[in-house]
Amino acid sequence: MKSIHRVCTCQALFLLGVFAQSSGELRFCLRSDPRTFDPQLVDDESSEVVRYLTAGVLIRLNRSTQQLEPALAASWRVSEKGRQIDFKLRPNLRFSDGTPLTADDVAWTIHRILSPALHSPVGDAFRSGPGDVETHVSAPDALTVRFPAPVSALALQFDQMAIECRHAAKGQPPVAGPFAVAEYKGGNYVLLKRNEHYWKRAADGHTLPYAATVRLDIQQNRDLEALWFRRGQIHFIGKLDPELYDVLSRESPASVHDSGPSLDWLQLWFNQVPSAPIPAPRKAWFASNAFRRAISFAINREDICRVVYHGHAKPAAGPVSPSNKLWFNAALKPDSHSPAHALELLASEGFRKRGDTLFDPAGTAVEFSIVTNSGNRIHERMLTMIQQDLAVIGIRVRIVTLDFPSLIERITKTFDYDACLLPISGGLDPSDQMNLWLSSGAQHEWYPQEPRPATAWEAEVDGLMRVQASQTEDKARKVAWDRVQQIVHDRVPSVFLVNPDAMCAVSPKLRNATPALVWPQVFWNDDQLAVSP
Amino acid sequence: MIRVLTVAAYATLLLSVLACVAPTVLTRSSYQQQDRENTNAAPSARFPLGTDDLGRDRFTRLVYGARTSLLLACAAALLSTGIATLVGGIAGWIGGGVERTVLWGIDLFISLPWLFLLLSVRALLPFDVSPGSSLAITFLLLGLLGWASPARIVRARVRSFVTSDFVLQARACGSSGIRLFVRQVLPNMRPVLMAQFFVSLPLFVLSEANLGVLGLGVAEPLPSLGSLLRELQQYSVLNSRPWAVLPAVVLTCVVASLYTLVSRSEARQ
Repeated sequence: MKSIHRVCTCQALFLLGVFAQSSGELRFCLRSDPRTFDPQLVDDESSEVVRYLTAGVLIRLNRSTQQLEPALAASWRVSEKGRQIDFKLRPNLRFSDGTPLTADDVAWTIHRILSPALHSPVGDAFRSGPGDVETHVSAPDALTVRFPAPVSALALQFDQMAIECRHAAKGQPPVAGPFAVAEYKGGNYVLLKRNEHYWKRAADGHTLPYAATVRLDIQQNRDLEALWFRRGQIHFIGKLDPELYDVLSRESPASVHDSGPSLDWLQLWFNQVPSAPIPAPRKAWFASNAFRRAISFAINREDICRVVYHGHAKPAAGPVSPSNKLWFNAALKPDSHSPAHALELLASEGFRKRGDTLFDPAGTAVEFSIVTNSGNRIHERMLTMIQQDLAVIGIRVRIVTLDFPSLIERITKTFDYDACLLPISGGLDPSDQMNLWLSSGAQHEWYPQEPRPATAWEAEVDGLMRVQASQTEDKARKVAWDRVQQIVHDRVPSVFLVNPDAMCAVSPKLRNATPALVWPQVFWNDDQLAVSP
Repeated sequence: MIRVLTVAAYATLLLSVLACVAPTVLTRSSYQQQDRENTNAAPSARFPLGTDDLGRDRFTRLVYGARTSLLLACAAALLSTGIATLVGGIAGWIGGGVERTVLWGIDLFISLPWLFLLLSVRALLPFDVSPGSSLAITFLLLGLLGWASPARIVRARVRSFVTSDFVLQARACGSSGIRLFVRQVLPNMRPVLMAQFFVSLPLFVLSEANLGVLGLGVAEPLPSLGSLLRELQQYSVLNSRPWAVLPAVVLTCVVASLYTLVSRSEARQ
């Protein structure tokens, strides 16, 4: 009798384990409504979350190892220096409605994203040069894609491309990712359900994904999000600010994770647009390499990391985070805080400090404003510290906070500002920063869309960025990218301030979560995540 | 008890006036000096109210913040109450078509999306405005935008006076027009106007804090009661640094003291 009881208990526990592994609802928050459910038109974070959870991609970047892994494609081969890629698909692939997924669907998707009428941001990454992209389907599971010019990091770009069904009827199209959209209530939530035809299996042969549903609650208020996390109503918070991290780490140390410096950085840049409506002396200061470098030396980055980020940030040396081990130029070091050296550099350009004020060679007192987005306490505190640091070398700084649309208007259209402090999101690959460093780039912050490179070093950066984009060998690309990092470190078009840490909070109920540095930090292995009852 | 309250109110106001006129008498350090080795410090002999998240003396910032906010909130409250008296008084006194037109204008004014106007004002302001000027512009805007609701109350009160016995008696004695309004009606409006003034004081202080989120408030490093109160938006502050709640206490005490003294003065009359 006792043994029967034991067997029954063991069976019940086993069934409970299986049930727990294969059911449950994963819940977390979106900051806003998704703007689109079309995976090829995504340009906001909420839509990107939905795309990540629903999209079937050929190749997936493993956010933990930072290596590419086969997904819908069993294998691939890049050839002709990044102009061609051959795919071999997995057998028996199906969309969420049971329709077979073939190479024809892949070819159809590629042509769709590259259609000029669609204006797909995903397609932009594949537009390497004038001419058409050719696709050749040699078998239901084999495909060759040929581009008119080499595409940098070609295989990586397929991580963003959701394969769509070419026969999909209007309405919610079938997907090939782990989840499919089941319900959307604007301003309230998005509900995703498990894709019963998902291709992937766990190591033990169990069907994936483990979670039966994913509920994305739309919540802007971060305090409410934190409250829901404490109550166990959501399973993780993806981006934690230092204060909330400290509070949660006191309450439940096991729930918070600091993955180290993120790929993002905060930078301060000066307006160098020649036609900008700012006084002429300021234009001269901002154009001076010594002036910009002096500002960099005058700012105490260590204090910013310690005081503003409570130690959850590292001083930045350039546009690549030290966490990006493949592409970081280890020879670069952040400018160390040295007001004396800053004054020496300024003196070499004819600036003189008399009393508490710094004067330029023409006798004009050096003062300018720094603008940032309003409502961000971290940015405001950083600027207050920078204000005091620069006061030490005699520079008077006015802090201006603006709502985001007005700020963007100023820095991209009217150019009516002196200096700006904003965060920049860096990707893993150097190609992700093309728009930032090419002098013709729209995000070339200090002088967007230059008609021609304004300086010799900007011309050199343009050349190096094109070289790294046209190479397929990482070694050759690294040489060019290291040189770019060195140039922007020395020339200081932007003062690189800090790399904030990637921090998140994960409920103990969420199993298999291994937070990574790269977005989406917590749910990158979405099909493996399971929720304990 | 009333005597104790009155003494306390006088003491509070005396300290407030001292903070406004000579803040250096009350403080020893600068409101902007950062002691980065002593951030979020607890109250001590050196820092009576501890330090903020940048290591600045909370007590000094409270004194200077009270000075900034109380001076300018009083000015804004005076301005808005003055406009409300003028507009509401004219509407209530003349009545008829003028009253209907003014009421329509007030309704329209209240229904306008002022948030967007304020955003536009901030976007249009040059960056070279000093923190003091930016502050003055902020409170001027608050004063100019805050008159509509009080004007409705003033109009209703004036309307009730038009047919009152003392106004009829004054008319019978030959008083009329502006003279009758100024000599008879306005003095009787005092309690209503005072109440409007006191109600708008904390509202303006808090509005300044909210405008700070739009980038239209007091710029760092200049403190204001509003910017100090913004810290309380994080509930965790109440647990870890309960003394940070003092700006709210100071604001409440100042408004309560003003109200107590005015009530006493009304009672005596």
